[in-house]
Amino acid sequence: MLELTQQIVNGLSLGAIYALIALGYTMVYGIIKLINFAHGDIMMVGAFVGYFSLTMLGTNILIAMLTAMAACAILGVLIEKIAYRPLRNSTRIAALITAIGVSLFLEYITIFILGPSQKVFPDSAFPIKAYDIAGLSILNKDLFVFVSAVVLMLILQYIIKWTKTGKAMRAVSLDQEAAVLMGISVDKTISITFAIGSALAAAAGVMVGVYYNTVNPLMGIIPGLKAFVAAVLGGIGIIPGAMVGGFVMGLLETMVSGYGNSLYRDAVAFGVLILILLIKPSGIFGKDTGEKV
Amino acid sequence: MQKNKLIKFSTEVIILAVLFSLVQYLITTGLLNQYYQINLTSMCINIILAVSLSLINGFTGQLSLGHAGFMAVGAYASVIVTNMWDYPFIAGLLAACAAAGLAGFIIGVPTLRLKGDYLAIATLAFGEIIRVTLQNIDYVNGPAGILGIAKLTTWPWLFGATVLTILVAVNLINSSYGRAIISIREDEIASELMGINTTKYKVLAFVIGAMFAGLAGAMYAHYFYIIKPETFNFLKSFDILVMVVLGGLGSTTGAIIAAISITALTAALQSFPAIRMILYALILIIVMIYRPQGLMGNKELSLKTFGRIWSGRK
Repeated sequence: MLELTQQIVNGLSLGAIYALIALGYTMVYGIIKLINFAHGDIMMVGAFVGYFSLTMLGTNILIAMLTAMAACAILGVLIEKIAYRPLRNSTRIAALITAIGVSLFLEYITIFILGPSQKVFPDSAFPIKAYDIAGLSILNKDLFVFVSAVVLMLILQYIIKWTKTGKAMRAVSLDQEAAVLMGISVDKTISITFAIGSALAAAAGVMVGVYYNTVNPLMGIIPGLKAFVAAVLGGIGIIPGAMVGGFVMGLLETMVSGYGNSLYRDAVAFGVLILILLIKPSGIFGKDTGEKV
Repeated sequence: MQKNKLIKFSTEVIILAVLFSLVQYLITTGLLNQYYQINLTSMCINIILAVSLSLINGFTGQLSLGHAGFMAVGAYASVIVTNMWDYPFIAGLLAACAAAGLAGFIIGVPTLRLKGDYLAIATLAFGEIIRVTLQNIDYVNGPAGILGIAKLTTWPWLFGATVLTILVAVNLINSSYGRAIISIREDEIASELMGINTTKYKVLAFVIGAMFAGLAGAMYAHYFYIIKPETFNFLKSFDILVMVVLGGLGSTTGAIIAAISITALTAALQSFPAIRMILYALILIIVMIYRPQGLMGNKELSLKTFGRIWSGRK
């Protein structure tokens, strides 16, 4: 029982990271119906910005996270403006292929500039401590990841539910043409969505750096795919769904590596994806909508 | 009409025979050194891959991102048959096609119900599952892969496989099956209303595409001595996708031209792999923004086109 609780504790912090990345996927999908393949790579860029902020500017971890979030918010807006906006009226496949292109571009431009080797996150930025609570060993990095993720999610909920921007985002995702008629600037709203989603991914990137202790140019691929699975699991386009999906994926993954074969860890994520797609493609929170001709 | 067809057919046969003997002559006399031979092999393998993926992505309009997975199935099946069980190469090739086709069927039947981006993700997931599974099978050495595969892929085999792939693809597209397949790409709901069994044709195209990917995998394995699961990750699938997109979604000749030029580009940029991938990425983005139909669109380059250019008519 104790071991199970321990696994759950470990899974929660990983799940929080997935949930943060999944939120960006889901927000972008909700608003322009595009699977932003480059999202995981934005997370990678965020992790590197955090890394350089820690090592070269010597900031503390919170400042590093904020810097990364700001930098990636700008990056996200730029990507949308340059690559996705010209394709808004073309086929979904064209947009998806472009997203794959953006993803490859971010990965290999980073390799080109920084080299393919991985970099070790400085220990001094975040000295590891373990707390013993009721027989459970909780690392301070797990706590940090979990708490900051939850804080960010609460802020996001506030923005979406209570601010004018949030209302505009919900309106555009519901019906773009009607939103335009109501005087909402669709372009601006989409830009803001990309900015918020990318900032969350950047925060997740810094957390991954703290969590796994290393960053490398291809680090975004697998967490990106898993977060995507989380978003689909919760129901893509639905914000609470992404959070729940993220935590489920994190827990599932820790359970599989804790009790089963860790080599199958990645396959499990994809297996889950296929099961959802076959059984209920709209996800846990999704509603089935009929096909319109 | 009949006479024209005969002339066209014999011209094609003559061109192919000349091409084949020319390269064979260059190889036997040693004029084509090892470096060019390797690139020629990659070129043929890439043509097979691009043409088979173009059948799925271009003509049927079902975006598949798991093509490398089928290539892996073919490569492993053929190596098990030739290397471990000591059967001749042809048996390995047949096994590769059969195994990859079967994998295509098993994956295609459930996933082809999905549409657009969901299908893309599901095929990507299946491709990765194939890779992870191969990594966990001890019989094929897991992540280390299989070493010391006999070099059985020779120019006649390669040439034969490439021509066969193109022939099957072109004839399929020009048959009534092909018209059904293209109608699914144009409008799935409308073609269903016209009485076309869309699932059947989608699975058919998917299985044939997978079979030829398996064939390409077998050719690859028996030329490069070594196969390991990591070779067939989804970046490999993206490589093939770049060729199909660049060539034009719905053009076999486009896929061939793109496969040849991308292979040449890869060879030229061999010492700068990062630059090569940046170029790929830019090609994908720029082609999608400025020419979403690719180089050739859905047009084909044929002898007729050359004939027109020759006689100066438009």
